[in-house]
Amino acid sequence: MKLIFEKGAPGQHLSLLPACDVPEVEIVSPRAEAPELPHLSETELTRHYTALAKRVHGVNDGFYPLGSCTMKYNPKINEDMANLPGFTNIHPLQPEETVQGCLEVLHTSAKLLGEITGMDAMTFQPAAGAHGEFTGLLLIKAYHKNRGDSARTKIIVPDSAHGTNPASAVMAGFTVVNVPSGPDGCVDVEALRSAVGPDTAGLMLTNPNTVGIFDRNILEITKIIHDAGGLCYYDGANLNAVMGVVRPGDMGFDVIHLNLHKTFSTPHGGGGPGAGAVGCKALLAPFLPGPVVEKNENGYRLAVPEHSIGRVKNFCGNFGVVVRALTYVLTLGQEGIPEAAKNAVLNANYMMKRLSEKYTMAYAGPCMHEFVMDLQDLKAATGCSAMDIAKGLLDHGIHPPTMYFPLIVHEALMIEPTETESRETMDEACDVFLALWDLAHETPQALHDAPVKTPVRRLDEVGAARNPVLKYTPND
Amino acid sequence: MGSYIPNTRAQREEMLSAVGVSRVEDLFAAVPHEMLLEHLDLPAGLSELEVRRAVEAMAAKNKVYGTVLRGAGAYRHFIPSVVKSVISREELVTAYTPYQAEVSQGILQAIFEYQTMICALTGMEVSNASVYDGSTAAAEAIAMCRDRKKNKALVSACADPQTIAVMRTYCFGSGMELEVVPAKDGRTDLEALKAALTADAACVYLQQPNFFGNIEDAKAAGEAVHAAGAKYIMGCNPIALAVMETPAECGADIAVGEAQPLGLDLAFGGPYLGYMAANKAMFRKLPGRIVGQTHDVDGNVGYVLTLTAREQHIRREKASSNICSNQALCAFAAGVYLSAMGAEGLRQAAKLSMSKAHYLAAELAKIGLPRLHEGPFFHEFATKCDKPGAVLKALDEQGILGGLAVDGGILWCATEVVSKEEIDRAVAIIKEVC
Repeated sequence: MKLIFEKGAPGQHLSLLPACDVPEVEIVSPRAEAPELPHLSETELTRHYTALAKRVHGVNDGFYPLGSCTMKYNPKINEDMANLPGFTNIHPLQPEETVQGCLEVLHTSAKLLGEITGMDAMTFQPAAGAHGEFTGLLLIKAYHKNRGDSARTKIIVPDSAHGTNPASAVMAGFTVVNVPSGPDGCVDVEALRSAVGPDTAGLMLTNPNTVGIFDRNILEITKIIHDAGGLCYYDGANLNAVMGVVRPGDMGFDVIHLNLHKTFSTPHGGGGPGAGAVGCKALLAPFLPGPVVEKNENGYRLAVPEHSIGRVKNFCGNFGVVVRALTYVLTLGQEGIPEAAKNAVLNANYMMKRLSEKYTMAYAGPCMHEFVMDLQDLKAATGCSAMDIAKGLLDHGIHPPTMYFPLIVHEALMIEPTETESRETMDEACDVFLALWDLAHETPQALHDAPVKTPVRRLDEVGAARNPVLKYTPND
Repeated sequence: MGSYIPNTRAQREEMLSAVGVSRVEDLFAAVPHEMLLEHLDLPAGLSELEVRRAVEAMAAKNKVYGTVLRGAGAYRHFIPSVVKSVISREELVTAYTPYQAEVSQGILQAIFEYQTMICALTGMEVSNASVYDGSTAAAEAIAMCRDRKKNKALVSACADPQTIAVMRTYCFGSGMELEVVPAKDGRTDLEALKAALTADAACVYLQQPNFFGNIEDAKAAGEAVHAAGAKYIMGCNPIALAVMETPAECGADIAVGEAQPLGLDLAFGGPYLGYMAANKAMFRKLPGRIVGQTHDVDGNVGYVLTLTAREQHIRREKASSNICSNQALCAFAAGVYLSAMGAEGLRQAAKLSMSKAHYLAAELAKIGLPRLHEGPFFHEFATKCDKPGAVLKALDEQGILGGLAVDGGILWCATEVVSKEEIDRAVAIIKEVC
């Protein structure tokens, strides 16, 4: 498909702005040449983007069991609420008394999400999960510093963790200590015990973990860290499995981030904008980024916590995403939140059971909201890899599971159906998965060749990295 | 209560028995019993109509101004109808990061086009797929410049205070030193800058136009930075780039900025969009996603996320940044905006904004609110004002959001959406007060 720069003709344009009604002013230091931007009529412009949209598989195009990403349905009411003119037309630096509705959104969201997670205070400044991790780790850093304890320089991270965990720890100025997982995919408690010490600043953990298992030793794990003087960080990527059932705060965690774009149904937008709200126990609240929203008898106001680490982003974060998440929480409410978690877990176990007929599970069930299959045996027997099965799914209109993660499983496919998928959809997908297993044994070449029905077929990623072409350059 | 669970009770029962348990609670057997939540203190769930009423009631408590004369990092510009129409497409709204390139070509190509447009605007050679906002882009940019011998970043005091605050937080994490170069008459003090450019200075961040709307001598600053062996980062308003000298022309090594003016709502501060571009010598240090062109097994042109060896999912603790998303839908919006405006439309928006701001400045000067600083400015400027509270209150009562109170006066902004009539009305109101 042509690039937008290759369409239209110079002189084609939309009619958007009026003539100038005040004296015109000339710029003093103008650029040498006008920027080369597209020139199209409105017809061609909108057709270009419609064509692009058709070359994208979204949640509304079909099943999207992308493990760890919680690709649940994105309710339409959320979009309508975020697009209310009373929100979209609000300047972020308006006087407090004119933004009471926005502040109410933030304050109410902090209260409700705090109840769901067992946390006392929350900031919505972080724009994504990784940004939340960075923020949470800075809270831990500031906490130790404020106590005059400068020896705590290490963050413990299990080897099953998301890659963002160690990367965030380094950005926050910590050294990373990797601890191995046990054969059950959970934290090796003895290894953890020998890893902690007076230099331990904290632990980062996902629970359920990245292989979809709830770590039953969680209270012991968080106690080991606390006894050593460290704090516990909860990576909220997998909260969808347990929201309303068990709370990170009650597991012993001191600080968490939530991916509002996973657990709380806000759309992923093809890679953002998301929101990585960070919640914490009272002991860390004085360190939160400012401003936070407070409520008093006169209404809501913005305030900067006493020992704030400072800003991590402009204004109050991705406000529009928070409106969507609040709409979702208000919709589901007290009964709906745990109901969603329970059905996410049921759906995952149902698929796990059906796929166990042929596929090897990396870890025995029951699982939580997702499970990991290990295709090493399939690869040994047929030559077909996790990648081949994934590409085969594309020809059936199914977005593949997460591939090759976590790193501790070599031919991993991680499946997370979410609670918003019907049994019918899951049955159809399981039939496809099982048929691809048979195809791998019968005609493996067909899977090596897949996909064949997509707008493009397998792409040369090595070539793309070796000779980077990162923008359009006209031929002439 | 509202619910998005399709399976009926009967279907769930069948699934449970297929799994081999009698109750869904059995699947949570690994959770220590004493930890299970007994009571979730949330309000009862609501129907869609009830939720709509509740959230609309919150939105109604905000004040929407008919006229906005405030910028300071967030700008109300005209947004063509095509922008929202395109970015409301369900495929684009609901997709994940384009890991499966074969079914993500639309997003990947749009980002490739966005990268091309950012390069066209800035004159830089390589753009990434965007980051969270202008301030995080600036903070990531200074991290790109750090090396073993150079641990100090310099930032002009004329940069947006929020940008400086975000940089400070990132430096608290990394251990980099941040030094603020003082201002002189509303612009970066170039002599002070030269003095601060010691051997350990890794980079300098200069905002253009600066927080006070003033146009900096960015070329001279760049020469001083390079003479001292440091990297030069410019934070530029993207609308101004339609007409102003580009960061490339000013010698910048990295160009960043807040791209909210390119088709995004004010939305109480977010989601916005941070653009980030670099010259060829530095592009491998860019954080975040980058889309590259390639071809498929049949030789068809296609697009993929590329240069991923820089990123956290491969490098983990050795990655230069932890960022793993961009603001894809916002970048999409910016691409549609720039395509709809075209070079001429963007130039018109820039010139209209600048002309309106200059008209407002002239009218304010006539009624006793002269400019706080001299010299050229773009679409923002600060004026002296003895009673900013009274001025802003009088405007507020007439549905006008006046400028932002700053040290010594008021920081005003006008864009193409403000008419002469609105400006005249605002000035008349202010005249009554002053």
